[in-house]
Amino acid sequence: MKEVNWMAGGPQGAGVDSAANIFGRACGYGGLYVFGRREYHSNIKGLHSYFHLRVSQNDVLANVNDVDLLAAFDAESVLRHLGEVVSDGGVVVDKDQLTTKVMGIPTLPPEFKEEVQKYMTQKGLGESLSDFLADAKKAGVHIYEIPYMDLLKTVAAKLKIEQISKVTRMINVLTMGVSFALLNYDLELVEKAVTAVFSEKPKVAEMNVVALREAYDYTKKTFTEAFPYKLEKTEVMEERIFVSGNQAVAMGKVLGGCRIQAYYPITPAADESEYLEAHEILKTRGGEGGIVVVQTEDEIAAVNSASGAALAGARAATSTSGPGFSLMVEGLSWAGNSEVPLVITYYQRGAPATGLPTRDGQSDLRFAVHAGHGEFPRIILASGDIRECFYDAARAFNYAERYQLPVIHLIDKAMANCSQTYQLFDTGHFKIERGEILDEAKIKDHPYKRFRFTNTGISPRVVLGTKNGVHWYTGDEHNEFGHISEEPQNRIMMMEKRMKKLELVDKEVPIKEKVNMYGDASAENLVFSWGSPKGAILEAMDMLKAEGFGLCFMQLRMLHPLPKEYVGNLLKAARKVIDVEGNYSGQLGGLLKEETGVEPDYHILKYTGRPMTTTEVYGALKNILGGKASERQVLTYGS
Amino acid sequence: MVLKPSDFKTDVFADWCPGCGDFGIMTALQMALAELGLEPHQVVLVSGIGCSGKEPHNVKAYGVHTLHGRTLPFATGIKVANPELTVLAIGGDGDGLGIGAGHFVNTGRRNLNITYIIHNNGVYGLTKGQASPTLKLGLKTKAMPEPNINEAVNPIALALVAGYTFVARSYAYDVKHLKDTIKAAVQHKGLAFIDALQPCPTYNDINTREWYAGEDRKDPQTGKPQSRLYRLEETGFDPVVHNSGEELEKEMSAMMKAREWGDRIPIGVFYKNELQPTFVDRIVNRIPFYRTNPPAKQRISDENGESTADLSEFFNDLRTS
Repeated sequence: MKEVNWMAGGPQGAGVDSAANIFGRACGYGGLYVFGRREYHSNIKGLHSYFHLRVSQNDVLANVNDVDLLAAFDAESVLRHLGEVVSDGGVVVDKDQLTTKVMGIPTLPPEFKEEVQKYMTQKGLGESLSDFLADAKKAGVHIYEIPYMDLLKTVAAKLKIEQISKVTRMINVLTMGVSFALLNYDLELVEKAVTAVFSEKPKVAEMNVVALREAYDYTKKTFTEAFPYKLEKTEVMEERIFVSGNQAVAMGKVLGGCRIQAYYPITPAADESEYLEAHEILKTRGGEGGIVVVQTEDEIAAVNSASGAALAGARAATSTSGPGFSLMVEGLSWAGNSEVPLVITYYQRGAPATGLPTRDGQSDLRFAVHAGHGEFPRIILASGDIRECFYDAARAFNYAERYQLPVIHLIDKAMANCSQTYQLFDTGHFKIERGEILDEAKIKDHPYKRFRFTNTGISPRVVLGTKNGVHWYTGDEHNEFGHISEEPQNRIMMMEKRMKKLELVDKEVPIKEKVNMYGDASAENLVFSWGSPKGAILEAMDMLKAEGFGLCFMQLRMLHPLPKEYVGNLLKAARKVIDVEGNYSGQLGGLLKEETGVEPDYHILKYTGRPMTTTEVYGALKNILGGKASERQVLTYGS
Repeated sequence: MVLKPSDFKTDVFADWCPGCGDFGIMTALQMALAELGLEPHQVVLVSGIGCSGKEPHNVKAYGVHTLHGRTLPFATGIKVANPELTVLAIGGDGDGLGIGAGHFVNTGRRNLNITYIIHNNGVYGLTKGQASPTLKLGLKTKAMPEPNINEAVNPIALALVAGYTFVARSYAYDVKHLKDTIKAAVQHKGLAFIDALQPCPTYNDINTREWYAGEDRKDPQTGKPQSRLYRLEETGFDPVVHNSGEELEKEMSAMMKAREWGDRIPIGVFYKNELQPTFVDRIVNRIPFYRTNPPAKQRISDENGESTADLSEFFNDLRTS
């Protein structure tokens, strides 16, 4: 089977998400691998959103530029994505929309209209949607004009529903029925997916199945000529899940023992907290388990409540995005000074300010590294895919408690809102490491010294409420008991005590938890990156390898403290060093230069708010390897 | 073991100015904790910054001296993690009603079982005497270059509308009254607020000890000063909501009392309502074992370090094969 790229597009609120979820699951049930990317506006209803799903019998790690079958709920989706449809691909379109005057679509922003106008003039196109489709048809694209309204009427009749408005929400399911019929996929698997997605609303599931069948049968009957792309189910021997980044983080936190999450709603982080709240009673071995999710009044309250909970002995976290983290910074500094095991999950989005609130970005690395007044130790982790989101979310708590410091877990929106099929995550090898926590019997100092000077810088910890362990915390500089001290000698010792914990992290945490190496270790050229570009880089490397270009890829997973000796040696040994990341200035490249003295020779950057695709990373790397690239290539794909 | 107030003292030097109201509040606190029969490890004092922020260092109990205005969020996290702890939040008027006003209001929505004491002296002491949110419009304390251009916030009224279920006022120099008020607040089932009036001998030269004592308004007959403070409990005022039908009426009469200021300033309990579910009750409604097995007490790993969490239900929802 050739891989299939399916895209569903429609106005927000029209069920693009659930369509994609159903589509992905249905493919998963047939043993296929799926990578799905969700794009949406900062808007509740009406503006354009889409889901791009890539399906294959082999593992898929990122999107590509192509769309093989576009399932458009509305005219704008056709207009937005027609150019991405491959020449032998297809477009599913509402017959009633064909006469739509494209410049009259009210949701089009002026900048986009200008582009469309230019395109129309260039190509000499008419102003109806059908003119655009006719043009695509000339290039070989199959156009499937579907009478959505007629089908809905039939569905309503079958369901004995009189008001047509009660079934119009099911346009999304119609497009799926059409798509799966064209792709010649097993309808039973799709029905199973519908039932699973609407498991809590059996009535809705039933209605959707009727609509699905109607569209599927109509398509089979009406379009007898085979569509060139097919989905073929395959045997699957392993257990798999179809999971998003938000869900993976939530599950990782539960595995890691997080029992309090304080948060303030923000995109794209809030889905994680809501998912946790929906699962607040946990299944646990030996004793009851539950996670308390507290929605606070702002991010300042969120981070400080989490710190308070951590001092009381619970594994505690907060979850936010750039604007929220900005408000958390003073709290972060307090946590660093008071050696609080605090976990902050930081979902980056397009910035600065409100920026591109629902889009991707990787422009907060330097902010995370430097946030907070003063100097204090912290650990910064960055996951590169959804599986890593899961393990890093769990591991963050071990680091936080072992080294008694804040851990910032960086994710970017591209992972948060992407969904991917994975072999069931193995939880067996993960161990909880709580560091040194003293109960009443183990307290040797009387009175107890919370900030006792030790060789490692780590003072055995007592949680609030422990008998004979009374101690103090303060945002001021403090002595070993936690009382305020402005004495210079004590200050030196406390600064050194805190900061040397980073040396311990450097020494103790194995390099495999900090850096992932991929590709050809002996290759002379090295690519480095962090976060979501990982999948596109790996796939691009495979394509280049097939063409005889070997590359070595270093994915940084612990960005602070940087394993600078290890990284420095690799960078120094490489002939060409290529930096790939989703920001304007090449932030990781800059950090590596500071830490190792090696400056990247090339930058591949993207800051459109859309994640990198395999296609464009491949192209950019090939330009470099072919000696045709400028020092800085900026990627632009995606609407 | 019966503890004495001295068992709640530390040897940390209290560095407030001579005559500072903080001494009275600290003493009342130590007395209250002893009389409540609490042990130091059962108590957590959470403070903001400034002069009052230092208070936990002088009390032998767990002390968490936090950031400006963030007292309540820290206290919330601590209490939710371990509801067995007796948590008191203490802070200044600027801390709670200026920079932390959002937390002041929103904490009221949760009715978490903690006690919040605001040290109300009308000025920012540690930054040398600027107006605080409780200083009245037009007043000019001695370090201010111009009279106060902002109107004052009314802490009692704000607590009432925000949802605090125990609202009281006391006075730093009436240590016994303050001690009794703190005890009642800690024993209250729900969120308690105490507006602790306190002179700042260095920067507030208007609301001084003498002003509260009424030195400027001596009884013409006896020549004795007539204190501006009077006790609500001595006037027959009943702040308690005995049944839910009384809520509005009690809140309104508390609000009327909250507006008194100037020559007659009420102290005592303005409002007390134990009919509202606490935040702990509300969590128990969702997580039935929360009270006995709260976040801080849960066993998260077994003897081999393996997580006790079983993710099979999460995985089953997401499973495709």
